Amino acid sequence: MPNPKDYAILFDASRCIGCKACQVACKQWNDLEAEKTENRGSYANPPRLTAHTWISMRYYEGLRPDGDPYFDFIRGSCMHCTHAPCVASCPTGAMAHREGGVVTVDEKTCIGCRSCVQACPYEAVHFDEARGVVHKCTMCYDRISNGDQPACVKACPTDALTFGTYQEIRAMAEERVRVLKERGYARANVYGLAELGGTHVLYVLTEHPSQYDLPKAVREAEKRAATGWLSAGIAAAALGAGLKFIVERREALKGGGQ
Amino acid sequence: MRGMREVQVLSYDEFYVKHYTNASFLVNPEFKTATELDGLFSGYDPEKRTYDTSTWAYQVDENGQVRTDPTLQDPHCVFQLLRKQYERYTPEVVSKITGIPVEKLLAIYDLYSSTGRPDRAGTITYAMGATQHTYGTQHIRTYAIVQLLLGNIGLPGGGVNALRGHSNVQGSTDFALLYHDLPGYLGLPTGDKPTLEEWIASRVPKANYAPSANWWQNYPKYFISLLKAWWPEVDPKEAYGYLPKLSPHKGGIPDKSADYSHYAIFHAMLAGRIEGLIAIGQNPANSAANANLARKALDSLKWLVVVDPMETETAAHWKRPGVNPKEIQTEVFLLPSAVWAEKSGSITNTGRWAQWYDKALDPPGEAKEELWILTELVQRLKKLYAEEGGPNKEAILNLSWWEHSEHMAEEVAKEYNGYDLTTGKLMAKFADLRDDGTTACGNWLYCGAFTEEGNKMARRDPRDTHPLGLGLFQNWAYAWPANRRILYNRASTDLKGQPRNPAKWLVRWNPKEEKWEGDVPDGVAPPDKALPFIMLPEGVGRLFAAQLKDGPFPEHYEPWESALANLISGQDKNPVCKVWVGDLDVYGTPEEYPIVATTYRLTEHWHTGMMSRNVPWLLEIQPDPFVEMDVELAKSLGVKNGEWVRIKSARGEMKAVALVTPRVQPVKVGDKTLHQVGIVIHWGYQGGNPGDSANQLTPQALDPNSFIQETKAFLVRIEKI
Repeated sequence: MPNPKDYAILFDASRCIGCKACQVACKQWNDLEAEKTENRGSYANPPRLTAHTWISMRYYEGLRPDGDPYFDFIRGSCMHCTHAPCVASCPTGAMAHREGGVVTVDEKTCIGCRSCVQACPYEAVHFDEARGVVHKCTMCYDRISNGDQPACVKACPTDALTFGTYQEIRAMAEERVRVLKERGYARANVYGLAELGGTHVLYVLTEHPSQYDLPKAVREAEKRAATGWLSAGIAAAALGAGLKFIVERREALKGGGQ
Repeated sequence: MRGMREVQVLSYDEFYVKHYTNASFLVNPEFKTATELDGLFSGYDPEKRTYDTSTWAYQVDENGQVRTDPTLQDPHCVFQLLRKQYERYTPEVVSKITGIPVEKLLAIYDLYSSTGRPDRAGTITYAMGATQHTYGTQHIRTYAIVQLLLGNIGLPGGGVNALRGHSNVQGSTDFALLYHDLPGYLGLPTGDKPTLEEWIASRVPKANYAPSANWWQNYPKYFISLLKAWWPEVDPKEAYGYLPKLSPHKGGIPDKSADYSHYAIFHAMLAGRIEGLIAIGQNPANSAANANLARKALDSLKWLVVVDPMETETAAHWKRPGVNPKEIQTEVFLLPSAVWAEKSGSITNTGRWAQWYDKALDPPGEAKEELWILTELVQRLKKLYAEEGGPNKEAILNLSWWEHSEHMAEEVAKEYNGYDLTTGKLMAKFADLRDDGTTACGNWLYCGAFTEEGNKMARRDPRDTHPLGLGLFQNWAYAWPANRRILYNRASTDLKGQPRNPAKWLVRWNPKEEKWEGDVPDGVAPPDKALPFIMLPEGVGRLFAAQLKDGPFPEHYEPWESALANLISGQDKNPVCKVWVGDLDVYGTPEEYPIVATTYRLTEHWHTGMMSRNVPWLLEIQPDPFVEMDVELAKSLGVKNGEWVRIKSARGEMKAVALVTPRVQPVKVGDKTLHQVGIVIHWGYQGGNPGDSANQLTPQALDPNSFIQETKAFLVRIEKI
């Protein structure tokens, strides 16, 4: 479970207008390059998260049972899980939790093996070909550790995004769901409380998470990361040796490293 | 059980309607509604396509005061005429025309009309979806009528609120960047008023209902103070002669009217009447309806000056796709300009708040702010006129202008605030302006914005100044006029100035201290001395408004290009709207163009895309022009989501990505099923990801009051590529 004083972000989909201000603010703060894109029949662009796109808005449109059309928006990004599969799968410890529940990758220690890329059920972490390491949302650790809000939260024009302690954010989310239910959104729910030990990004949704490509059954993902050769003692030893070789080779190539 | 039903007045605010609207006013008995004349009002001349509005007048007594029936029963009173006008608009008929099921219509009416009580308020906000039609002004009139009936004007949470789009379009209309006006909505004089006295006499209304404050009786003070601001050393009678006057086009080209609006200018260009154009922050090659016509019109220019941060489609018209640059003789001067963060000045929003912005950084390269460019132009013009003379040279030579300085924007602001010429001090408020030539003021609405106390527009005090915490931020920036935050706020009180909703009172009269409290009221007069709607000679809101070219009441018509006959009357289209017709102004039939099209703006791009399509992160999130269409239509065309299609209208064609979505639905209107598509406007042949503009399809069919184009409803067909 997250600690009450951990950092957390609330994404309230009932307030989101799909404007992508969060997406663009993230790019600006983190100096991420713009990708070349095409319109393939959707408002979503870039179509998925990459090493250079750490937030990707998803657009869901259709007709409700009563015949009224809907247009729902989901902010896709790293969920900063408590039992983060990326952390569990990382052989070097580069992908790790900082204080406050934030998951970041240490580029100096990352060997670019992409185990985390495979492990993440949200497809939130990706490999940067040019730099040989993986990248993802940092929850703007550089901002929040200095008393500021994440860039996406600051940019959001409708208060769909809020930043605070896990305790505050969870309480807000639950209260919002209560209000939504009173207003007739019978299936309103908070997503992220049970998943992966509890995520530090919580969602308020008006429909079931499966409507938004959000995985509910993520215990399998946890298992996936935990099984395999990593858990075998012999493999661990072999890994240690191999790791030392790889790290030394990298440092030799870099000529001393940073 | 709701079956067929007559139009009923569901609920309205009886007190408000009786006391604060012209519901009780008696109209000329010869006036006929569109119910009686099958879609026309009395006085229509089909040859001239105009109305003689003499029957649209109030009945007046021997003193020129309006005659009224306070019981609202007289068949000639506005209230009864309103009922007669709309007796055809039953829920069943409206449902047939709009495709909205009767149950849904009634639910909407019930919900919204529940605000017709003093303790409830509703607001209507609107933008181009309402205005860009051949009857756009009447759409807005409908909102005004609804809000007046429900007593929603002048209270917090009420109003008819135009969502201004461009960053400073409110400022641009306040300062009359429109041909027919002068700053502060004073109106540009017409050719038939050769003297100042005649012009002023024609503009000063007489109050025709007591106790109207009739605020425009102060017109002379504002108009003469404006002349003193521009030509300080000149007697206003003489300075009046310097102003251009609106008169019909010479030689009847492009037509016999005195219309110098956007589309008239382009038709004058096409006819070879215009040598040169200065386009400042305007990109008509993309933003004009019937863009192909606009682009061709630009080809006829001898010279073109474009003041813009980017080389726009307008600047590059001579090398656009499909033309041979050798055949186009226009000499183009590009003057790169600063963007918003690179200059100081004020920007005015929907709430009439003028907010001051400070320059944050210098523009790059040779780019300059417009104030610098205009100053250079004026200085050089003055020099040329001094050396060579020319028509109306005194107007240029005597024109007051500023020297270049770091604080030019502030100096301009002070001029539009105004000065007392006897003391040299900045004016404190427009109530102090005089008509004897001893005050100067560039815009009476902004008088009070930059006073001896400083730049009020730069204030940023975020505290709510209302005792009840209503959200009245009186010390944040400056709201015109007089820092009033909600217009017509006296209408939120009863006849004694006491709030009709004490729980949310906005203004109230304090009888002990004999003054108003709360928001700045519409004038300081006590409650029994002035009616709320101070800018009208009646002093009350107009349910019936004789000033509109197409009728004192809104009437439903079909768009100029429509797939249907009008289901409410025999008059298919607006009988007085302005439509340009010619070789390039062509219109299609529903047989050739069976699909109804409208245009969209997007979040990710701005207008013609000259700024946003040059920002890689905006191109990334919205890379291509697209057209939204319903699933059935896509299927019938054999088009898949994400495929490029060609869209054609009678005027041109464009390519766009098909975005097939259940959010767009076919509409059943009468016995026809219509398919509707939404086309985004932001692309052009310049900038990043060049593409086609939706305006290559749209028509120059115009609203008769505003001359705005009907870009929200026209006909197209769509083909697979």
